[in-house]
Amino acid sequence: MSSTTIQIISRSKYYNWLVKNLFSSWVNTVLTVIALIFLYQVGSFFLNWAIFDADFRYNFQGELIIDRGFCSKNIMPGEYGACWAIIFARWNQFMYGLYPIEEAWRVNLIYALLPLAIIGILFDKIPFRKYFIYFTFIFPFLAYFMLYGGPGLSVVGTNKWGGLLVTLFLGVTGIGLAFPLSILLALGRRSKMPIIKSLCVVFIEFIRGVPLITLLFTANVMLPLFLPDGVNPDNLLRALVAVTLFQSAYMAEAIRGGLQAIPRGQVEAAQSLGLSYWQTTRKIVLPQALKIAIPPIVNTCIGLFKDTSLVLIIGLFDLLGIGRAALADMTWTKLYYEVYVFISLVFFIFCFGMSRYSLYLEKKLKTDNS
Amino acid sequence: MSTDQVIHLEKVNKWYDDFHVLKDIDLIVNKGQKIVICGPSGSGKSTMIRCINRLEAHQKGTIVVHGTELTNDLKNIDLIRKNVGMVFQQFNLFPHLSVLDNISLAPIWVKKMPKNEAEDIAMSYLEKVKIPEQAQKFPGQLSGGQQQRVAIARSLAMNPDIMLFDEPTSALDPEMIKEVLDVMIQLAEEGMTMLVVTHEMGFAKTVADQMIFMDEGRIVEQASPDEFFNNPKSDRTKLFLSQILNH
Repeated sequence: MSSTTIQIISRSKYYNWLVKNLFSSWVNTVLTVIALIFLYQVGSFFLNWAIFDADFRYNFQGELIIDRGFCSKNIMPGEYGACWAIIFARWNQFMYGLYPIEEAWRVNLIYALLPLAIIGILFDKIPFRKYFIYFTFIFPFLAYFMLYGGPGLSVVGTNKWGGLLVTLFLGVTGIGLAFPLSILLALGRRSKMPIIKSLCVVFIEFIRGVPLITLLFTANVMLPLFLPDGVNPDNLLRALVAVTLFQSAYMAEAIRGGLQAIPRGQVEAAQSLGLSYWQTTRKIVLPQALKIAIPPIVNTCIGLFKDTSLVLIIGLFDLLGIGRAALADMTWTKLYYEVYVFISLVFFIFCFGMSRYSLYLEKKLKTDNS
Repeated sequence: MSTDQVIHLEKVNKWYDDFHVLKDIDLIVNKGQKIVICGPSGSGKSTMIRCINRLEAHQKGTIVVHGTELTNDLKNIDLIRKNVGMVFQQFNLFPHLSVLDNISLAPIWVKKMPKNEAEDIAMSYLEKVKIPEQAQKFPGQLSGGQQQRVAIARSLAMNPDIMLFDEPTSALDPEMIKEVLDVMIQLAEEGMTMLVVTHEMGFAKTVADQMIFMDEGRIVEQASPDEFFNNPKSDRTKLFLSQILNH
């Protein structure tokens, strides 16, 4: 078969698809045309603004942009074009906050190792998975040492942390700590022991009944009251406690949904074989329940990752906080669109990643073994 | 008390809230006995055998298995469950584990057996129930009859000396009932002590040495199969037999 015939065949395949899906009736055709016009208008406007008419580091005259006055289009009324120079100028703060720039390699190292630390949990059929899992458990200590400092490294207080570092720290650590806690809460809520059960119910319902902002304020103001004198945890740690408790309550409910979907017969069969409660839970109930609960669990993770931006109200500079600080700077004032579009893009990359992962798992588990 | 006596129920009573499920149940099972229990649904027959391995707790009376009394003491419960196997109507295989892992799980975790030894045992029981070739499959890939045979192998792998069967063939298509019953008959011939809740009267006539008929939480009639089928004493039994034998 010559290449032209292949082209014709594939072209007719596309043609059929187009006719069937976009132009099957005149209503469909009108809607298709309207949608195309709309997409063209919005899309061309956005692309022009974001790319073709935009300044990056240099303006149209080829000068390095050092303040707002250098932006080609921003000062002219009725002319549109992004001035991305603010992102370049503030790049270090977006990535590290006020972390000393000569120590920023420590943060970069942790950014680079983070994927290696979670890959073993996310995928079960990778080579050397065992070693990746070992690394997962070493990673928090390594990250603490590298980021905070210790013997051989200068100490960088968490008040200097900011930007993506704070966002990822709260998101990843919050989710990581909340996961085991939420399993215990979910099991506790289904426990037959009345005291444990009511403790878990009260905890979950209380946390779920309170906005995260309130929890952040509460943790910020009240946590020192519960701790012995002289122990004064820093702001970031307080926020982490609030975020972890919040996430664990939501995740516990997602896991409880999974637990409830496991037929009673599974537990009875395990019991009749002589397995203890914990053996039954670990080997029979949780593996099945967590599989079912994956979509809602990922859902709460996405929610939490975005909610970390609320910490700016207790004086922490996460990605959004850094962006607002950049806007407060007279040099760059009024470049709202650029800053917020950039921040949205960063959040979107992480949340979309989680969402795709959840879809991948759902598909995988559907074909897997049952 | 004879030394052959392995299960002894005395004046056992159980309630679900207000509902009196078991009423003064007395039952003695000797080693090697095969007891078939039948009765209308809701008569308490399943509940009775589920009390024997404490899947259900009784509220009054005593249940003694192998000289150990069933109380809230978890140690006694564990001890009894190790010696009493159970097969369920819905098979209750673990869907996330392969057939081999289903069977070797309890030997590994409860008996702390090394993995290869447990898998060897699992294979030997799979051969016994005649499906060794299914070892690597998952339960969802097997037919109902095959699943139930795996469930029997899973129980046997713990080497119990009493087996409880809770309507083992009720969830099966007719053509698969025989393959499961054949395994159970073989087990009976090997001298296993068995308590079987079933309506398979052909099976009962072949293997049972005691028939029990229950209704409304009581044991209404207990007799040898010969007497039970040919000369039942209570009217309730007669009615029940006429209903299930002539349908």
